[in-house]
Amino acid sequence: MKLRQLEIALEDAKPFQEPKIQLEQYVTTPHLAACLLHTAETQFGDICGKNVCDLGCGCGILSIGSSLLGANHCLGIDIDEDALEIFQSNCEAYELNNVVECIQADIARFSPSRNMILAKRFDTVLMNPPFGTKSNKGIDMEFLHAASILASHAVYSLHKSSTRAHIVKKANDFGMQAQVVAEMRYNLESSYKFHKKKSKDIEVDFIRFTITTG
Amino acid sequence: MRLSTFVRMRLITHNMLTSHVKGVKNGYPLVIKAEDIKEQETDFNPDFISRMITRIEWPALTKAMEMIGHTDQLPEEVPKDYETNNDFLKQAHHALMEIEVITGSLTCPESGREFPIANGIPNMLLNEDEV
Repeated sequence: MKLRQLEIALEDAKPFQEPKIQLEQYVTTPHLAACLLHTAETQFGDICGKNVCDLGCGCGILSIGSSLLGANHCLGIDIDEDALEIFQSNCEAYELNNVVECIQADIARFSPSRNMILAKRFDTVLMNPPFGTKSNKGIDMEFLHAASILASHAVYSLHKSSTRAHIVKKANDFGMQAQVVAEMRYNLESSYKFHKKKSKDIEVDFIRFTITTG
Repeated sequence: MRLSTFVRMRLITHNMLTSHVKGVKNGYPLVIKAEDIKEQETDFNPDFISRMITRIEWPALTKAMEMIGHTDQLPEEVPKDYETNNDFLKQAHHALMEIEVITGSLTCPESGREFPIANGIPNMLLNEDEV
């Protein structure tokens, strides 16, 4: 499937109806999702035939895209049942050929000693984590840590370019090697009343992490 | 609430879920109570199933099948020739991918804590006093 085909296909995925500020629910645009997924598959072969985990899946655009690209099994994880309801109806609308599931869980509860999911069951973990603003500080690191536990091979994620050095160092602490695949612009439309500008372009790194510890 | 007809828990996911209640040392596998299940045919991919065999806990899978009333559908142990044994892989595929748990619960074997499954989604959220 070509990049543009995938992007068009993902445009049918419905976003959050009432995004929740405290969870930093921003939609992953079809363009961003398509770029991430298309690169993961065509450059690295990390989607087709694989067991994929969509961490902080929200309404499921990355899960749907993975399934369309041939991931045989995809598990979405999110804390918000309203998002998961949209996740379910989105997946149904697509009539996917591959198995997709979801669970409601708090990713911040993952730790090496007390997981709710056994380690390294997934080939690939995908995520567009909350950046960790306002009262949510550190949440992006918790996502990264959880991803490092769940993945046996690779993790794909988006992080603010301004935090790059920090991310790379933390990734090493978590037993992963970071590679910045691309620099992108993430346009966050003013979703909430407190946003002063109409829309804001944030520079993000599209990063591929490989698991280095067995 | 809109009833889902596609995204529902399968045993491949049950196989990797474990209890993370504070103080619990042996929270695996979770005991399944299935009130509403459905069998749904899905595409069989022998290469994928073969790879997954090495990552799942086989005894937990056979136990799970028993718990939901599907006895005698799986061998007690994974056969040595599993990679090329198509009949076996088909049985494993059916167990892992084609049985949907729509309503029920997953219970921590040590603490008894129940994680509900509603509309095909297991809810693994803990209360403040459990973390």
